[in-house]
Amino acid sequence: MGFDLVLEELRTICGPEHVFIHPHQLHTFESDGLALYRASPRVAVLPGTAEETSRVVRVCHDAGIPWVARGSGTGLSGGALPHKEGALIVMSRLRTIIEVDLANQRVVVEPGVTNAEVSKAVGPTHFYPPDPSSQIVCSIGGNIAENSGGAHCFKYGFTTNYVTGLEVVLPSGEIVTLGGKELDRPGYDLIGAFIGSEGTLGIATKITLKVMPSPEDVRTLVAYFDGTEPAGKTVSDIVAAGIVPAAIEMMDNMSIRACEDATHAGYPPDAGAALIVELDGSEAECKTRFEDVLEICHRNDANDVRVAADDAERQLIWKARKAAFAAMGRVARDYYVQDSVIPRTKLSEVLGRIDELADEHGLPVANVFHAGDGNLHPLVCYDARNEGEAHRAEELAGAIVTACVDAGGSITGEHGVGVDKKKFMTKMFSEADLGAFQRLRCAFDPEGLANPEKVMPTPRLCGEVPGPYRRHPIEKAGLAERF
Amino acid sequence: MRDCADKGVSLRPVGSGTKLRWGRTTPDPDLELATDRLNRVLEHNAGDFTAVMQPGVKLADAQQILADKDQMVALDPPLQDSAATLGGIVATGDSGPLRHRFNAPRDLILGITVALSDGTVARSGGQVIKNVAGYDLGKLFAGSFGTLGLILELTLRLHPLPPGTATATAETDDPDALERTASALAHAHIETNSLDLAWSAGRGRVLARFGGAEPAQQAEAARRVIEDEGLDPVMIEDDAKLWERQRAGQRSDGGLVVRVSGLQGEAARVIRAAEPLGGSVVGRAGLGLYWVKLEHAGVAEAVAGVREMRSHLGPLPCVVLDAPQAARPAMDPWGWEKADDGALRLMRSVKARFDPAGVCNPGIFVGGI
Repeated sequence: MGFDLVLEELRTICGPEHVFIHPHQLHTFESDGLALYRASPRVAVLPGTAEETSRVVRVCHDAGIPWVARGSGTGLSGGALPHKEGALIVMSRLRTIIEVDLANQRVVVEPGVTNAEVSKAVGPTHFYPPDPSSQIVCSIGGNIAENSGGAHCFKYGFTTNYVTGLEVVLPSGEIVTLGGKELDRPGYDLIGAFIGSEGTLGIATKITLKVMPSPEDVRTLVAYFDGTEPAGKTVSDIVAAGIVPAAIEMMDNMSIRACEDATHAGYPPDAGAALIVELDGSEAECKTRFEDVLEICHRNDANDVRVAADDAERQLIWKARKAAFAAMGRVARDYYVQDSVIPRTKLSEVLGRIDELADEHGLPVANVFHAGDGNLHPLVCYDARNEGEAHRAEELAGAIVTACVDAGGSITGEHGVGVDKKKFMTKMFSEADLGAFQRLRCAFDPEGLANPEKVMPTPRLCGEVPGPYRRHPIEKAGLAERF
Repeated sequence: MRDCADKGVSLRPVGSGTKLRWGRTTPDPDLELATDRLNRVLEHNAGDFTAVMQPGVKLADAQQILADKDQMVALDPPLQDSAATLGGIVATGDSGPLRHRFNAPRDLILGITVALSDGTVARSGGQVIKNVAGYDLGKLFAGSFGTLGLILELTLRLHPLPPGTATATAETDDPDALERTASALAHAHIETNSLDLAWSAGRGRVLARFGGAEPAQQAEAARRVIEDEGLDPVMIEDDAKLWERQRAGQRSDGGLVVRVSGLQGEAARVIRAAEPLGGSVVGRAGLGLYWVKLEHAGVAEAVAGVREMRSHLGPLPCVVLDAPQAARPAMDPWGWEKADDGALRLMRSVKARFDPAGVCNPGIFVGGI
């Protein structure tokens, strides 16, 4: 099928007003939240229903055209970076909350519904725990693709712990239903396999989520320390005491200064480290445990502890933390965010190593992180106008990732691999591991058309199982070769 | 395993064999791959609340080791299975009352190493509690009944052992009142570790268990919820026996146990379907999972019981777990009727990719996979 014919079909399916091909229209879609990578697709198409999505994918499948699905475009790993030879399927028109079944703690939504809209639809009696910092904008469909977490996932878990049912458009265009409102439908846990697959297995068009009753009590404090070492020790002591905080977040001095500048939340700019600890749950339990936390902070020489007196003060404390990435623009012209994870017990060792690496590369690194689950967000600051600095920043970021993996960690805790971290995959996984991943991908997408060139470090093709060798559409198009 | 695949020898991974009869009845495999000798706790990283275990480690043994550091694997499948191994529990997706708060085995797996039938040894996930690098094969293998390969190693997230527990409970002979009270507890702004119900011989009970530094005070909050629903709450601090009984309700030595996947709001309906058959029920009230037991069912009663429940409760999935051996060939334990279902085709495709030789526990799974 020629490309003109493809366009004609897409226009018939979605209406000509939802099919974009002009460069000025496509400009908006060139990158996601990671602007470092840019590419223009041949066409961007905005289906309005699951049925339309299925037909769009089928057209791509039949024409052998690679495609990338996109939600709100807030991803930080280039997962929604368009394929320059392919179609970008934008899911933002599917934004209906189909059903709120509060009695059974379920909400059924289309993928374009934002994360915050779900909590709003069930509040204030209930809430939807995964809360990525971009929650006002980011879509549930994107959360499914990335298995999004957030500040509260140490206690509450990730997107994958809250999805009971999915309707999925497979790369063949077929619509399948996985799970439902009930748990433990017989069969393989394909929902578990699909969530976090970064758009490489299909497009979720209907999502059933589990929501939770709101906690009776929430208590938040921020403690200031001379440096990250005593703050890190405090984190370890809290967790070792058997306390599972709803959130436990750390910022170093550079982040504190940037955030305070941006939000005026009242953080002392000379503090070496700030530790936000939030407990929630039953009032009796929170009260006792909160006293334990205070005692642990003081035992570790906290200079000052500020306890949120009310919800407004709690919001203010969080405002500074959630603004961290944006605020960094005040102290650095450009920055590069990493998302590595380390075992919590290696915190001070790895932070020391990051300091060394920063010195070696002559670039400052600010640290904000989800301390409870060891998810670091080192921000490598640089100025792209200075010759070679961008390259040095990338090198430094790579060295930090390596240090984290060497400490027994992961290259990404919540941002995903996408295009940005696929070069690091071999640091974590062997050829055999990657081969096993590919088996899953091939079971869903034997033609390799769904978000190709993402996640895996090198393009791979699916062998036929079983049957004679046939040339792959991507192979035919000269975009990849079999090896 | 590679040898088996080359020669077309069918194999079945076996732990302690406590759930060996679950799934479809198939001819005995050519080879049993026993995990008895893969029984070491490889790492317990107490500060990180993670542990690396081989599949043949018995859950009971693991818990004992972890308890030294006041930690646990948040899994408590029925006690009769004190021999049950982690590999078997994960492969069957089995769980107990703790699932209410801590979810299923799938949710506790941070990393997994598997052997595939072509001899590939592959790993997914990692050792940290937050990680989105690569595909999540842990979830795919959890509950796959050994049909995709053999689990070689599991990295699990651990939780603090609660310093104390307390249970608020109440009885009633009205299934609707039971459902209503259980639902009120599920939606109350309290944090239950477990929320169960039980029904037997015309009488039912709801149980909410709390763990932590102040379990008794937490249970007091549940007392008020129960009173508001018009039942008489009883507070029990020495509550272990109570919960052992709940777990026991998920198994039967010679009789029938059917797991019903429903919703919170279907407890009364499940009870009313079970009662005429002489069945008892235990349920995870907040999760909508119910186990209906016909303890003394003979072959004919078991076959009829499964049919009756599916006709009353369908399309809710009614999965047969335990059953009289002679009744098994007459029932599809999975109750999967739509042969051309898209999800089933996808499952077959997954099976074909991971076990192209088709030698891993063939035929036991959904749709004869």
